Amino acid sequence: MSKRVVIIDYGMGNTASVKKAFNKLGAETLISADPKEIHLATHIVLPGVGAFPDGIRNLKEGGLAETLNKKILEEKIPFLGICLGMQLIAEKSFEFGAHDGLGWIKGDVRKLEVNGLRLPHVGWDNIEVSPDEQMFQGITDFNFYFVHSYHLICGEKNVVTSVCQYGEKFLASLRKDNIWATQFHPEKSQTSGLRLLENFLKYA
Amino acid sequence: MLFNGRHLVKTINFGEIRNLGSPIQQARVYNSRNVDELIFIDMAASAEGRGPVLEVIKGIIEECFMPLTVGGGIHYLENIQELLRIGADKISINSEAIGNPSFIEMAAEKFGSQCVVVSIDVKKINNEYRVFTNRGCEDAGFLAKDWAREVQERGAGEIFLTSIDRDGTMGGYDTGLIKEVSSGVSIPVIACGGAGKVQDIIDAVKIGGADAVSLASMFHYSGHTVNSIKQRMVAAGIPMREVTKLNNFI
Repeated sequence: MSKRVVIIDYGMGNTASVKKAFNKLGAETLISADPKEIHLATHIVLPGVGAFPDGIRNLKEGGLAETLNKKILEEKIPFLGICLGMQLIAEKSFEFGAHDGLGWIKGDVRKLEVNGLRLPHVGWDNIEVSPDEQMFQGITDFNFYFVHSYHLICGEKNVVTSVCQYGEKFLASLRKDNIWATQFHPEKSQTSGLRLLENFLKYA
Repeated sequence: MLFNGRHLVKTINFGEIRNLGSPIQQARVYNSRNVDELIFIDMAASAEGRGPVLEVIKGIIEECFMPLTVGGGIHYLENIQELLRIGADKISINSEAIGNPSFIEMAAEKFGSQCVVVSIDVKKINNEYRVFTNRGCEDAGFLAKDWAREVQERGAGEIFLTSIDRDGTMGGYDTGLIKEVSSGVSIPVIACGGAGKVQDIIDAVKIGGADAVSLASMFHYSGHTVNSIKQRMVAAGIPMREVTKLNNFI
């Protein structure tokens, strides 16, 4: 079956870059917020650049949160959350006050404690990955592109697939059943990033 | 990548423009060689009174799977919105920042400091590093170190610092300029102008304190590749993102 990737359009993401990366891999892509179109997806991607309060408000006000809950939690459609798109699936965030997230993953989103290092954490950084993880199959260079000030403190330790160090050790990616998520931007991480997206299409 | 609205170009001291062909083709080469970031500046846009050439920029974005900064002709928040929408990651502003400094704040508030780069062009006059505008033709009336601090306070996320005196000469970066600017700010400073050999790059980082270096002539006119340069920098003790394999998706 051909892959049909729907990239969720909720006003918060670099949707063009994500779409381009999946197109490069030969997938059919659609940027959409329409439940009818989301319904036809074989894979759903929630990108994200921006702040948590705006992100969760846009998801909830547009009714997208309900559609996503149904597709991801009930129908188990493969899901990839990127950066803010990963943080939004947590229970709670403390960016600009306390806000409830989608709650698919136990844990909180908090500001990185960086001991005087610059925030946001911007640039290429190496991650430490769990061995035999499908997410990183075929990848030989474990450097990925990050832009963030907040990170997910995960309450489910068995779902973490990689970590990164910037001031403190933080979660760089996770996988729980059909839910994949990365703090870094695979769509901006050249060969390694494209390979990860290819793995998502293949294995999620 | 310097662009004049039609071609990829290279200048010497902001003059002597040489045509280097298609920016889209060059972007494809840089992507396949895994450069860490690409900076695309349209040097003619503001002078010609036009905005960014979106069709060409879209073509470049199609080739890039790494972060991309786009500058030239950005005078309105709508320019930024449009560039981010089509897939740019950061935008670089220069003349609008000088003519209307509050534009830096407006851009940073709306889109976040992480995507607002302020580009600063500098000439050394009577032993002072002075900011120039209008492609190096006009003294803006202030010193580089003072302007750098001001753009940081106004919310710029990075400074793209070009020495007009060294531009295209391949005679080495002006480490004195880089040091004077980078020591006064806490945001990253990208050094541009003068790289001709790998030692120049090492000096920009180690002596000047540059957080990143921008190269053009060395790629256009010498046999160096991204990897050969990075290997020498790592050997000199500068932590780098090492790339062991060529991009095999291209």
